[in-house]
Amino acid sequence: MNRIKGPFFTIIVVAILAAIAIPILPSYYVSLMAQVLIFAIFAMSLDLIVGVVGLPSLGHAAYFGTGAYVAGLISLRVSPNFWLNVVAAAIVSLIIAAIFGLLVMRTVGPTFLMITMALAQLLWGIVYKWREIANGEDGLPGVPRPNLGFAWDLVQIQSFTFFVVLCFLVCGLLLVIYVKSPFGSTLLGIRESESRMRALGYNVWLYKYIAYLSSAMVASFSGVLFVYYNNFINPNYLSMNFSAKAMLMVILGGAGTLVGPIFGSLVVVMLENVVSNFTQRWMTMIGLTYVIVVLFFPKGVLGTIRQRLEIRRAGAATAAAAAKAVAAAEKESSEVGREAAGS
Amino acid sequence: MNWGIQLLNSVSFAMLLFLIASGLTLIFGLMRIANLAHGSFFLLGAYVGLAVLEKYENFALAALAACIIVPLVGIILHSVFINRLEGKELPQVLLTFGFMFILADLCLYLWGGTPQTLPKPEIFSSSVDVAGMFFPTYRFFVVGCGLIIAVALWLLLEKTKIGAMVRAGVDDQEMARAVGVNVPMLFTTVFLVVVVIGGIGSVKGAFVGSLVVALLDNFGKTLFPELSLFTIFLPMALVLAFRPKGLFGK
Repeated sequence: MNRIKGPFFTIIVVAILAAIAIPILPSYYVSLMAQVLIFAIFAMSLDLIVGVVGLPSLGHAAYFGTGAYVAGLISLRVSPNFWLNVVAAAIVSLIIAAIFGLLVMRTVGPTFLMITMALAQLLWGIVYKWREIANGEDGLPGVPRPNLGFAWDLVQIQSFTFFVVLCFLVCGLLLVIYVKSPFGSTLLGIRESESRMRALGYNVWLYKYIAYLSSAMVASFSGVLFVYYNNFINPNYLSMNFSAKAMLMVILGGAGTLVGPIFGSLVVVMLENVVSNFTQRWMTMIGLTYVIVVLFFPKGVLGTIRQRLEIRRAGAATAAAAAKAVAAAEKESSEVGREAAGS
Repeated sequence: MNWGIQLLNSVSFAMLLFLIASGLTLIFGLMRIANLAHGSFFLLGAYVGLAVLEKYENFALAALAACIIVPLVGIILHSVFINRLEGKELPQVLLTFGFMFILADLCLYLWGGTPQTLPKPEIFSSSVDVAGMFFPTYRFFVVGCGLIIAVALWLLLEKTKIGAMVRAGVDDQEMARAVGVNVPMLFTTVFLVVVVIGGIGSVKGAFVGSLVVALLDNFGKTLFPELSLFTIFLPMALVLAFRPKGLFGK
């Protein structure tokens, strides 16, 4: 039970704080907050395979983009019904993930990185060049906010953001339960030692495959939310650039922590939107973020700080213990000396 | 469609790709560094060449300047940053991805965002008539450079002691270290070669790979314009899935 508590509460607290902030903040910041939460869902879904299973995908944008494109196309051409869009996006992403999964599961390590990238670029290439499918590189403009099928108008950014908060809460809690379930524990076991789990009789391949598909589903859902948020989608959101950005969020927040990527998403969105107001060199800023995070915060900003503190605390504790031991030894030796003198 | 022109275009594009790919195969094969910034070196080289050419109007000098400045940048990036992440692919990928942004922004800052053309050296600015098709001589120059470098690299790796050490490093790094090859030193040297031109993992592989990609790209673009990017990434994904060490890997 204790293991569930931390991330569980973090997600609830973040959702409550976000919901309280909606009526207070100016609408520009409400809109940024919606973006942070949508990317947070996406980054958490990536953390599920990167941090929990240990499969470093550089092509996760494939599923975000697929979700966004399917929802966008159906909203524009068939119906803006939310449930229809979500189910359609889930089905299409599931089919793509099922096929891609068969290919990527054959590889490990750097090859896994490259193949996930190649497959995502393959989707990007089709959407980018084949104008008949989805308007090519110009993307799909004018995607309307969805219709939930009951009286909840999502046109205003405030009410839409509230809806995003709710989706974030549901996705976040489901992901935490997923990771802390026996299934999730098995995934962690596979990350630690695949051969041992295999020896114990687990079908390692199947576990990883299911985790990959689940992660793709959540990513696709975040893409659906994003296309409603942005009212627009273009092939950039399928590209390697976007996959790497999600990976940056995961590493920045701490891979394997599940809630860390929320923080990563916050930092990256703020960097892009706020820093670009102050300097034209935002590309350098993004580049430097990658360099700094990788070199100085390999366990994520919070994780690395926590680790430093622990080392310091442990260091202090060892020093105290050592001092005590020395004092005890001295006392003992003096007693021995006294005894020797006495006898 | 004129098949002859497409074929010649493919071959000259293949040589250009080979010049880049040979470097990447060396760095990825020998040093196990997944360098995403490799394309940025290509970009930087082009801009340095352009800057020198505009000032001194000497093609050879421009090429020389690019071949000195770009490796210098490479050495700094490697010895200061990439070195610290030995054997960690994902951090390396993200690090070099960051460099990609920084180098691109640097080029944007220094040379602006409008596309610029590098004037071709005068002796190569004409066209020649090949069996009734006009073909720019510069393309032949590129093909020639590619072939010369391919042969030179092959000789270097197969026929010299340095080449043998490099190949030993690729096959079994620990063993190469054990028999006294100074692998870290070798790596730094190799990195130098890489950024100038490069080539192992498998030079033959890079050569054939470049030809295949260039042919797919050129003919893909002409025959199925909608699928032109697809025709490149699909083979890449399939090779990674079924022949992860490449067509010519051991």
